[in-house]
Amino acid sequence: MLKFAQLQLRDAALAEDAVQEALVAALAGERSFSGRSALKTWVFSILRNKIVDLIRVQSRTTNVSALGDDEADMDATFEALFKDNAHWRPEVRPFGWGDPAETLREERFWEVFETCLNHLPEKTARVFMMREFLEFETDEVCRELSLTVSNCNVILHRARNGLRRCLEGSWFAPGVSAC
Amino acid sequence: MLTCKDATRLMSEAQDRPLSVGEKLQLEVHLAMCRGCSNFREQMNFLRLACRRFMQRRNGGDDGSPSS
Repeated sequence: MLKFAQLQLRDAALAEDAVQEALVAALAGERSFSGRSALKTWVFSILRNKIVDLIRVQSRTTNVSALGDDEADMDATFEALFKDNAHWRPEVRPFGWGDPAETLREERFWEVFETCLNHLPEKTARVFMMREFLEFETDEVCRELSLTVSNCNVILHRARNGLRRCLEGSWFAPGVSAC
Repeated sequence: MLTCKDATRLMSEAQDRPLSVGEKLQLEVHLAMCRGCSNFREQMNFLRLACRRFMQRRNGGDDGSPSS
């Protein structure tokens, strides 16, 4: 849970506080649980709300739509995948990743996945995780972070391509390591 | 004609909103002819699946729920 909060907030102290508050709030609430799993789900839903609150506060002080150096680098890398006619360069054309179920069963894959998430620039990662992990609709993400829809789309596309390239380089390509 | 670059944008947006009939048509025609882009689409679907599974793994499900 702590790891999850850290992944989203990129701030160890903030993440610890959020998890502690979520646990306290969960224990204070008078609910009975049929099992460990139900309790965990409950704590998690509280944590999700805490994370969203913190992101909301953070987004007031930082400009999420501002293009940093990391984002500019990612865009340059993306552009370099294409020839002048905007079709794939043969050597970097996306290849098949095989059976997803098999990949997702591998413990090692999840380490690579987390590493790749951590490689995303902070603001890019935040938008992506709100969409994919906290499962906000895209227009909600935009609203919470005061982004235009097209800006949101650009950021999500950037994140997905970055993650895709990282996984392709560090997991799916045989004999290649590190992204 | 849709370029591969534009196709990747549409495929990302398809994860966030329903595409219009025109967009879908253009994309499908492109994908039918372009191996790289159809792989890209499968990779996008994989990312979505991986994110869902990632959350299930965090979110109490020891081995996920067999029903979903």
